[in-house]
Amino acid sequence: MTPLNRLQITWRAAQDIEDGEVVNLGIGLPVHCSDYLRPGVDVVIQAENGVIGAGPLAAHDKIDTDLVDAGSRRITLRPGASIVDSSWSFAMIRGGHIDVTILGAFEVAANGDLANWDMRIANRGPLVGGAMDLAACARAVWVIMEHVTRKGAPRLLERCALPLTAVRCVSRVYTDLAVVDVTPHGFLVREIVDGMSRDELQAKSGAPLAFAGDCKVLTAPPIALPE
Amino acid sequence: MPIDKRVASAAQSLEGVGDGATVFISGFGGAGFPNVLIRALRERGPKNLTLVVNSATHRYSLTHELIDANLVRKVICTAARGHTKDPSAFESRWMEGKIELECVPQGTFTERIRAAGAGIPAFFTPVGFGTELTAGKEVRRFGERDYVLEPAIAGDLALIRADTADRYGNLTFRYAQMNFGPVMATAAKLAVAEVRAFAEEPIPHAQVQLPGVYVDRAVAVS
Repeated sequence: MTPLNRLQITWRAAQDIEDGEVVNLGIGLPVHCSDYLRPGVDVVIQAENGVIGAGPLAAHDKIDTDLVDAGSRRITLRPGASIVDSSWSFAMIRGGHIDVTILGAFEVAANGDLANWDMRIANRGPLVGGAMDLAACARAVWVIMEHVTRKGAPRLLERCALPLTAVRCVSRVYTDLAVVDVTPHGFLVREIVDGMSRDELQAKSGAPLAFAGDCKVLTAPPIALPE
Repeated sequence: MPIDKRVASAAQSLEGVGDGATVFISGFGGAGFPNVLIRALRERGPKNLTLVVNSATHRYSLTHELIDANLVRKVICTAARGHTKDPSAFESRWMEGKIELECVPQGTFTERIRAAGAGIPAFFTPVGFGTELTAGKEVRRFGERDYVLEPAIAGDLALIRADTADRYGNLTFRYAQMNFGPVMATAAKLAVAEVRAFAEEPIPHAQVQLPGVYVDRAVAVS
């Protein structure tokens, strides 16, 4: 049994992005999804600081310190890009104009509740940024995360223990072990890695899992993690 | 307010700013920080300020200087976490109870400011419903969804960064420099823009990104 590595999880999520969609990719791992779009798929990447049509990172000799995404990365613009102010950018998000947002998470509940903004780190100030706006208002909210915590505790739960980002918002979860839909009846496994039994996956999950009738093997091409 | 918004220095652009002011400061993601004005504000030294800023501290912003100088009573922001291992200037004072914090989802943050500048005292948003950041706020159901009532945030002073200004205070911005600058200018009694350079001729109308009616003073800083 070989779990997906973190970039392979982003690859798998990226395969489900359709041509022409408006996509917001969360800071951290999700931004890498734009590297793994299917051939022929062209999208508008919305960065919540107002860049509509964010492109790849700028080459070292092409950096412009005023051209950044929401994660302070020095980026480029895609053809067809535009830039608006923050109020317009978030009106775009709240107004339902973002087809898909892909976010990292700490926990997802069987009813779609998401906890991804506050890990209750002692002595650190809270940081919410645009997480609540995206989770509450994007037309589809997908989550990328490892199936269990570093200590082995499940992240798919009956109820989130950490502070919520938004209620009943997640529709799909991509982990290193499975692709799981959130349905009105709870978690439904669509794909599971080769060599892992359904019981083993259930044992790593904190809420009941149902398995799709056509449940497939979760695979991804080899992708090396950066050193 | 004269039609010519240009002033000679950052210090002059802050004339009249006093203790207890609510101060908007633009900037997000590394772009659009009015660092010359922030430093001028610290040198002017008004006390008991409320800062309304996306990040309490940011590695490219000088807001930490205002906090270090003990000029700040409260911060309204979306990100209060420092970027180094050690607590930031804000975090250490916040943990000691010396500075108040209101953490707000970013779209709600900018819409609350926009509302103040647009004559709207409060609005309902779905963002934050069911979370601890909206605990105690009025909730109303419209259709199939629950919404939280959020009040506008008006300010006494806005410090914003733009690329160019003409004599009328019309502004242009470079790339992602815009972020919170336009709405902050609309919602403050005194809106001050620091710009890279003054435009010698009036900026062509189609290039104006913020009309000068929202800008009270502009100072060129490079």
